[in-house]
Amino acid sequence: MVWQSLDIRRRSATTTPMPQARESTEVAKLIDISQCIGCKACQVACMEWNDLRQEVGYCVGVYDNPPDLTAKAWTVMRFTELENDGRLEWLIRKDGCMHCQDPGCLKACPAPGAIVQYANGIVEFHQEHCIGCGYCLTGCPFNIPRLSDQDHKAYKCSLCSDRVAVGQVPACIKTCPTGALHFGSKEDMKEHAEQRIADLKSRGFANAGLYDPPGVEGTHVMYVLQHADHPEWYAGLPHDPAISPLVEVWKGWTKPLAIGVMAAGVLASLIHYVMKGPNEISKETEKEVENETRPE
Amino acid sequence: MNVTRRQFLKVTAAGLGSSSLAMLGFSPQPTLAEIRNFKLARTTETRNTCPYCSVSCGVLIYSLGDKSKNARAEIVHIEGDPDNPVNRGTLCPKGAGLLDMIHSANRLKHPEVREPGASEWKRITWDEALDRIARHMKADRDAQFIKTNADGVTVNRWNTTGFLASSAASNEAGYLTHKVLRGLGVVTLDTQARI
Repeated sequence: MVWQSLDIRRRSATTTPMPQARESTEVAKLIDISQCIGCKACQVACMEWNDLRQEVGYCVGVYDNPPDLTAKAWTVMRFTELENDGRLEWLIRKDGCMHCQDPGCLKACPAPGAIVQYANGIVEFHQEHCIGCGYCLTGCPFNIPRLSDQDHKAYKCSLCSDRVAVGQVPACIKTCPTGALHFGSKEDMKEHAEQRIADLKSRGFANAGLYDPPGVEGTHVMYVLQHADHPEWYAGLPHDPAISPLVEVWKGWTKPLAIGVMAAGVLASLIHYVMKGPNEISKETEKEVENETRPE
Repeated sequence: MNVTRRQFLKVTAAGLGSSSLAMLGFSPQPTLAEIRNFKLARTTETRNTCPYCSVSCGVLIYSLGDKSKNARAEIVHIEGDPDNPVNRGTLCPKGAGLLDMIHSANRLKHPEVREPGASEWKRITWDEALDRIARHMKADRDAQFIKTNADGVTVNRWNTTGFLASSAASNEAGYLTHKVLRGLGVVTLDTQARI
């Protein structure tokens, strides 16, 4: 089956190599923004399946409800009223984890095993290993993870890895009444997207296209955009997302360098011990020092 | 606590050494797939129809337990029924949140009656409720039944009572509803599916 294997491909702050012999089919979620009516059934299904109940809030004057992602709201519809060529367009984007092929959160995470990437492409947080440092928030190019006020651990969409593991589709995909959400192998999703893009182009959206940003080596949540040349129109979807260079430097070459320095230190002290031996002080010297520091 | 210089250096060296060893990968942790357990694995699956609108989407209700004698069922999850031709597994936001309607503290769970002139609702049993409805229907039908029209033609009409059938009813239940009500002479018969 397409989505059965949940072998771990990457694990945060772990140098042990991951098993790589088996090849799994990569899965993907396709969000066709042109077919979304913003009913928020996906938000409800997500909360129901994942046993999350975001506190009832207040209307902030826009349709976004809740107004932002939280530790208990892993997906949120973001509504944008766009005036383009004298026409009003209502762009509704389902925001949530993009499940990057090259996940910035995982690279930034210092807690071993708190963030893993499965061989099928799903990036998941394991809260029992999370130390609540919030580095994943800095590492994410899409501003997705949220720290919980309750337990100070980071949460985000898991692409319903528990459902995918047993051959089911994520809860949001299953419930979507307009068929704007699709789930399958990444290859199939790209093919479906092509058909949708061809349809949109024939309807006058010349710049329709697929959002699968190469800056993070592609994502396992992709969008079909009517205006693929302006992703920022869709509530600030980044044009060319990439992991912050700070994370790349700090978690990239600084880390092995620091380990090298530490290893060299240990080695040097070992050599020093073998060559020179422990620093021995004769009884006489000790007595002398004692008499000096404690004069009678 | 008294710590000599020697002890302090020993503890520091041991700490530095062990943390360096851990960093160099001498204490590997098991890399296990740790996904959340599938919560519906051995739950009881029951087919039903969404009670909200006239579209009547099919739903699957998942409850704890296997219906054994001492197991008290508890509904833990509801999602769309992929075999139902109406919705093929999808649900709108209201339907997707059915679980919370079932567990809502405000849900009506038993029949209630508000007597003419009373301002309070009073709880009654199902038997009392059905008897009461039957009594009212009989009284109204006996008083208002039209056997023949002005020309003396038999019409058997009961115009003062109407019936609204459920959109969640199956074809068979709809057939029975129709037969029973037309048999009583009810003319104003409709279904929620048209609302």
